[in-house]
Amino acid sequence: MLQVVCVKQVPDTETRVKIAGDGRTLDPAGVTWIINPYDEFAIEAALQLKEKLGAGEVVVLSLGGAGVQTTIRSALAMGADRAIHLKTDTVAPDPLSVARALAAAIRDLDPGLVWLGKQAVDDDAAQVGPMLAEMLGRPCATMAVSFELDGQTAKVAREVEGGQELVELPLPAVITADKGLNQPRFASLKGIMAAKKKPIEERPADLGTPALEVVSLELPASRAAGRIVGEGVAAVPELVRVLREEAKVI
Amino acid sequence: MSILVFLEQRDGQVRSVSREALGEATRLAASLGGPVTGVCCAASDPGLAALGDAGAEKILLAKHDTFATYDGAGYAAAVAAAVKASGAKAVLFPASSLGKDLAARVAAKLGVGLASDCTALSADGGRLVATRPVFASKAVQKVAFPASPALASLRPKAFAAVEGAGKPGAVEPLAFEWDASAPRAKVTGMAGAKGGKVDLTEAEIIVSGGRGVKGPEHFTLVEQLADALGGAVGASRAVVDAGWRPHGEQVGQTGKTVSPKLYVAIGISGAIQHLAGMTSSRCIVAINKDPDAPIFKVADYGVVGDLFEVVPALTEEVRKLHG
Repeated sequence: MLQVVCVKQVPDTETRVKIAGDGRTLDPAGVTWIINPYDEFAIEAALQLKEKLGAGEVVVLSLGGAGVQTTIRSALAMGADRAIHLKTDTVAPDPLSVARALAAAIRDLDPGLVWLGKQAVDDDAAQVGPMLAEMLGRPCATMAVSFELDGQTAKVAREVEGGQELVELPLPAVITADKGLNQPRFASLKGIMAAKKKPIEERPADLGTPALEVVSLELPASRAAGRIVGEGVAAVPELVRVLREEAKVI
Repeated sequence: MSILVFLEQRDGQVRSVSREALGEATRLAASLGGPVTGVCCAASDPGLAALGDAGAEKILLAKHDTFATYDGAGYAAAVAAAVKASGAKAVLFPASSLGKDLAARVAAKLGVGLASDCTALSADGGRLVATRPVFASKAVQKVAFPASPALASLRPKAFAAVEGAGKPGAVEPLAFEWDASAPRAKVTGMAGAKGGKVDLTEAEIIVSGGRGVKGPEHFTLVEQLADALGGAVGASRAVVDAGWRPHGEQVGQTGKTVSPKLYVAIGISGAIQHLAGMTSSRCIVAINKDPDAPIFKVADYGVVGDLFEVVPALTEEVRKLHG
């Protein structure tokens, strides 16, 4: 079975955000780029399934500028077989445009499973997975924390409010991965060496017309400085008093 | 401007996040004009007429046997039909796990943009502008919508619900077309249901524990304070990664972003990824033995001290208060 894993390059979660001169995008200066953490769970799930089935192919699909190839290589180093890079110079395209471009590439591949992270930790949109499902007309389970394949049926537990929703979906399907699905492997030295030789096919990304217009990107209003109520147990009565009388939250 | 609101139900109950979305639609309608229409997907009417009080003038009920639980393609077909029937120029969804999934499907179906997990909406010269935290709240983005309808999902607890101001709304059946025989995801049950406990993202009060709690066995301290306050339990990434607490409780950049009215951080130093997930809380309390911990920079009230002494004393005080 062919599986596609969509991966996105994002700023490291340690990044202190600075705004670019246009007032609408992230200043990329000094940013360390990493693979979206949720995408690592998606890659791991696809690799584990391939290993279990003892056959098949895992294809990495990523959209972005030339710089995303380092992220693609790290996905290949984990064990994916090959990659398709949908090239664009557009900075931070909106999720609908991205989903359109990914869907076009996925249709050609006709995979049994399409994997994504539940959201990217840059724009936190959580849109592309369910958009792909709608565009491809395939069943979808978002925010998977467990996965099992039983014949041609995927059994997934989804992290929802108040518990885990159990879902069964027939293949071909789209699944987005949440933390807890698995423990992503580290790339071995052998894997990193092998990744250098794995093919990355480049294609232009067809993003279409933008569906969102970014008006501004700003740093959040900083919180007013708080105060230390006191030290140790002696501070407790005063803490309770301010929570009741000043903050009025208890 | 006609506004459509998706009303989420679970187990035959309209969820409170739906009322929050209705409340915001009512406020927007005051500047953009109305009417406000609701749409609900369900197997049977979950008492929708009562939502007139919460702001809906009319509610379209998309009824289908399979709609007791979430069905992505089916719900999306119904909401798209409701957009057409109501002539909506804006569609609001709760940014719940269901709402985020559905909103993206509807956006793809209609070929329009969606602003996810918004914390504010405004009418800027007749056009809708959505404010949404990005980079786990390390920055705030404002977006506008080139095409109509504009779609937005609203972060739970960021918008106030309207209660009891209006009249019962008219509930009408919604006609929609959808092929239920196509391959689809079927909900087969729920696991690990926390017996009526409120979810982190929808909790009014959250008590979170970090590495300072020193081990999973000591989390009873955190749980007891949360119980006394009527809140939910959260955790830092360190303790989730150590396996002390389940993933669902993680607050921060690779966990949940929360905005409760009270957030109590116990033994949490305040890594940037954690702060990103909770700084939009209304009131933050930090209890930590290290007076230089970064958490004190965002806390409204701090107590420097041994959490093993301070937390039980605080729990006791709160219990006395609530008698």
